[in-house]
Amino acid sequence: MKKSKQFWPFIGSAIAAYAVIQLLISMGILDDFYSNILIFMSINIILAVSLHLIIGITGQFSLGHAGFLAVGAYISAIVTMKLDLPFPVAILLAGIMATLAGLVVGIPSLRLRGDYLAIATLGFAEIIRIIFLNIDYVGGAAGMQVTHMTTWTYAFVCLFVTILVIVNFTNSRHGRACISVRENEIAADAMGINTTYYKVMAFAIGAFFAGVAGALYAHNFYIIQPQNFGFLKSIDILVYVVLGGLGSLSGAVVATVLLTIVSTFLQDYPETRMIIYSLVLIIVMLYRPKGLMGTMEITDYFKLWRSWKGDKQHGK
Amino acid sequence: MEWLQQLINGISLGSIYALIALGYTMVYGIIKLINFAHGEVFMVGSFIGFISISVWGLGFFPALLLSMTACAIFGVLIERIAYKRLRNATRIAALITAIGVSLLIQNGVIYIRGAQPAAYPDVFANTSYNFFGAQISSQAILILSVSVALMLILQFIVHKTKIGKAMRAVSHDAEAAKLMGINVDNIISATFAIGSALAGAAGVIFGVYYTKIDPLMGVIPGVKAFVAAVLGGIGIIPGAMVGGLVLGVVETVVSALGFSLWRDAAAFIILILILIFRPAGIFGKNTREKV
Amino acid sequence: MVNDPLLQVKGVGIQFGGLKAVSNFNLKINQGELIGLIGPNGAGKTTSFNLLTGVYAPTEGEILFDGKRINGLPPFKVTQRGISRTFQNIRLFNELSVIDNVKVAYHSLAKHSVLSSILRLPSHFSGEKEMEKKAMEFLKIFELDKYKDEDAKNLPYGKQRRLEIARALAAAPRLLLLDEPAAGMNPQETKDLMELIAFVRKEFNLSILLIEHDMNLVMGICERIYVLDHGVLLAEGTPEEIRNNPKVIEAYLGEEVHDEHA
Repeated sequence: MKKSKQFWPFIGSAIAAYAVIQLLISMGILDDFYSNILIFMSINIILAVSLHLIIGITGQFSLGHAGFLAVGAYISAIVTMKLDLPFPVAILLAGIMATLAGLVVGIPSLRLRGDYLAIATLGFAEIIRIIFLNIDYVGGAAGMQVTHMTTWTYAFVCLFVTILVIVNFTNSRHGRACISVRENEIAADAMGINTTYYKVMAFAIGAFFAGVAGALYAHNFYIIQPQNFGFLKSIDILVYVVLGGLGSLSGAVVATVLLTIVSTFLQDYPETRMIIYSLVLIIVMLYRPKGLMGTMEITDYFKLWRSWKGDKQHGK
Repeated sequence: MEWLQQLINGISLGSIYALIALGYTMVYGIIKLINFAHGEVFMVGSFIGFISISVWGLGFFPALLLSMTACAIFGVLIERIAYKRLRNATRIAALITAIGVSLLIQNGVIYIRGAQPAAYPDVFANTSYNFFGAQISSQAILILSVSVALMLILQFIVHKTKIGKAMRAVSHDAEAAKLMGINVDNIISATFAIGSALAGAAGVIFGVYYTKIDPLMGVIPGVKAFVAAVLGGIGIIPGAMVGGLVLGVVETVVSALGFSLWRDAAAFIILILILIFRPAGIFGKNTREKV
Repeated sequence: MVNDPLLQVKGVGIQFGGLKAVSNFNLKINQGELIGLIGPNGAGKTTSFNLLTGVYAPTEGEILFDGKRINGLPPFKVTQRGISRTFQNIRLFNELSVIDNVKVAYHSLAKHSVLSSILRLPSHFSGEKEMEKKAMEFLKIFELDKYKDEDAKNLPYGKQRRLEIARALAAAPRLLLLDEPAAGMNPQETKDLMELIAFVRKEFNLSILLIEHDMNLVMGICERIYVLDHGVLLAEGTPEEIRNNPKVIEAYLGEEVHDEHA
C-alpha cells in the first residue's frame, strides 16, 4: 500500500516538471539546443527503462534492444511518411509492431538463458537490421527521409506513460513474478509461476516502449538508416541499465541523464565517447557489479535516511 | 566448375573463421566466458602484421610469427587485467566486461591511428592455378596450408603435451585440477595465449587475402567466429574447425546465389536455429541444470 | 472416491543418458498422511521429488494426483494442481523481501490482471491487499513476521529454511514435499521445526512427503516410510517395520562402511 502513496506526488511533480520546461521553451529561455537534449534524454530514458524491465526486473539478458527501436522507427516513419497518418497513430503502431517483434525475440528466452540468450537476441536484432537494409520500400542502406515531428510534449507524454506503466507493473504480483524469475527460475516455477508467460510478457512490454522510443527517435531526425540500429546502439542502452544498477529503475534514469549529458558534450569525439562508455562498463563490472544503485530505488534511500534520522533523534 | 570455385572460396573464408573460433571455444571451454574482445585481438594481429610487412619490411612468415607472439601477450594481458578478477562473478558480469574490453580496444585503436582503412601490401606474387576448371589463387592455397598447419599444431599441443593435458583437465573440472596440483591461473593464461596467437595469425592471413583492414574489422568476423564455435559445439576444438568451415561455405553459397546483402543474416539465422534446437552444437552433448 | 489415495505413483522411472536414476518407483499417499522418504546418499530421493513436481518428465510409469495424471505437466502447473515443495539447497528469492517471497507463492491464487495493475484499477488494490494479508498470516505462523521487510538473503540459515516452508504453504498445496527441511539445523531448531510441521499439517489439512537424513526424526513423526536405494524402492512400511528390515539395515550399514573408507 505504501507504493500507492508515492503515486500522486509522482504525478504531481511530473506535471510540474513538464509545465516548467514547456514554459521555458515557449518563452525562448530554453533554445533548440537544450530542448533537443531534453527530447533526446527522454527517448534514452524510455529505452533504458524498457530494457530495465527485461534485464533488471526479469533477468533476461537481451543485447537486442536496438532491434525493437529499429522496428518502431521504421514502422512509424512508414505510417507518417508513406500513409500520411497522424504522428500519435504512428507512435502507437510503432509500439504494437515492436511488441510483435518482442514476442518473436522472447521465444528463444524460453529455452536459453544467460550468455546464450544474450547472443541470440544480438542475432535477432542484427537480422531485423539486415531485413530493413534489404527492403527498398524503406530506402535500403540509404535510409528513409522523416519529417521532424517530435516535440517536448510528445517526448514527455511518452516518457511519463512508460515510467508509469513499468512502475505499476513492477509493483504488482506480476512484477514480483518477473523478479522471482530473475532471482531463481526453478523456485519460481515450483511456486506456480508460469515463467514462460512472464518472460515473454517482459519482452513484449519492453519492446512496446522501445518501439515508442523508435517513433520519437525517427521523427527527431531527418533521416533514419539501418546503420543507426546496430549492435552499438544496443550497447548504448545496456550501458544506462548496467551503470544505474541491474534492477533499479531510478538508477537507470539517473545513469541515462548523466550519460546523455556526457555524450552530448562528446558529440564531436565519438571515439572518446565510446572509450568512456567502455571504461564505464569495465570498471562498473569489476568494482561495483551491481551498478551504482544495485536493486535499490531512490525512494528506498529516502526511507533509509528517514529511519536513520529517526534513530538519531531517539538516541538524544 | 563455378561451384568448385565457390567451395574453395568458402573454405578459405571458413578457415579464417575456424582459426578465430578456436580461441573462442578454448576460452569458453575453460572459463565459460564469451570473450567478446577476441575479434579485437584478431584486428590487432592484422595491424601488427601490416606494420611488420609494410614498415619493417618483414616477409610473410616472420610477420605471421611476430603477430602471433604479440597477440599471445596481448591476450594474456587482457585476461590478467580485466577477466581474472571476474572468476567468481556471474557470467553476465563477465560478458558485459568482455563487451567493454572489445569496445575499448576498437576505439583505442581508432583514437591512436584514426578509423581509415589500410591497404595490406602484397607479400606474394598472386599467381593462379587451374584446378579442374576452377581458379585457385596462390593465396587461397597459402591460407589453407597455414590454417591446416596451425590446427594440426594445436591438436598436438592439446593432446600430446603436458600443458594441453592440464588445459583439458581444467576445462573438465577446475576445482579438481587445482587439487591435483595444476596451476589453474597459468593454464588459463596459456589458453588465452594460444587462442590469441591463432587469432593473430588469422588477422595476418585475412589481411593478405582481403587486402583491406580497419579498426572495426574484428567485429563481424569475431561474431561470425563465435557463431562457428557455437555451431560446432562450444568448448569442443574440432567443433570450432568444422563450424568455421561450414559457416564459410554457407556464406559463400548465399552470396553466390545472389543474396550477398543477406550474407550476414545467414550466420545469425544459423546461430538462432542452433541455439534453439541444438544448443550444444553439432558435436556437443546436451546438459541440463541440476536441481 | 473418498478412499482414493491423494497421490499414486505407479512404476515411475527416469533415465539420464544410459543411467537409470530412478526405476519402477511406486508410492501411495493418502489424504492427511505424513510419509518419510529415506535412503543413502545418491539413492534418488531428490530425483523422485523432481519427478513428482514436474521438473523431470518420467520416461516410464505414471503419476496420479487426486486421480488425474500429472506426469508431463510443467512444474508451475503441478504446483497449481496442489503439490508444493521446498528444496534441499535453499532456493529463496534472495533480493526480494521476506513477505514478497511468500506473496510470489500466493501469486496464482490472486486474480487481478496485468491490465488492472498497470491502470491501478480497484481490483488491483483489493487483490494486493488480500495477498498482503495472506502472506502475513503465513509469516506469523512461522514467526517471521518481524522480518517481513528484510531481504530474504539476510535471514539467518534456520529462518531461511522456515521461510521456504512458509512460501511453499502459501501456494495452497494439498501435498507438501519437504526436501531435508532440517538439514544444517541444530537439535533444538530441528525439534521446533518438527512441531511446526505437525502443526501446519493439522491446521491446513495437508499430506506431507518428507526427505530426511536424520533417522530419529523420520522415525519419530512419519506414519509410513519408503526406503530408496540406487534408484529402486528397497522397502516400505511403518517405522517399526523399517527399523527391523534387514535389507534396510544392510543398505545403511553398507554406506557407513563406505564412509569410513572415504
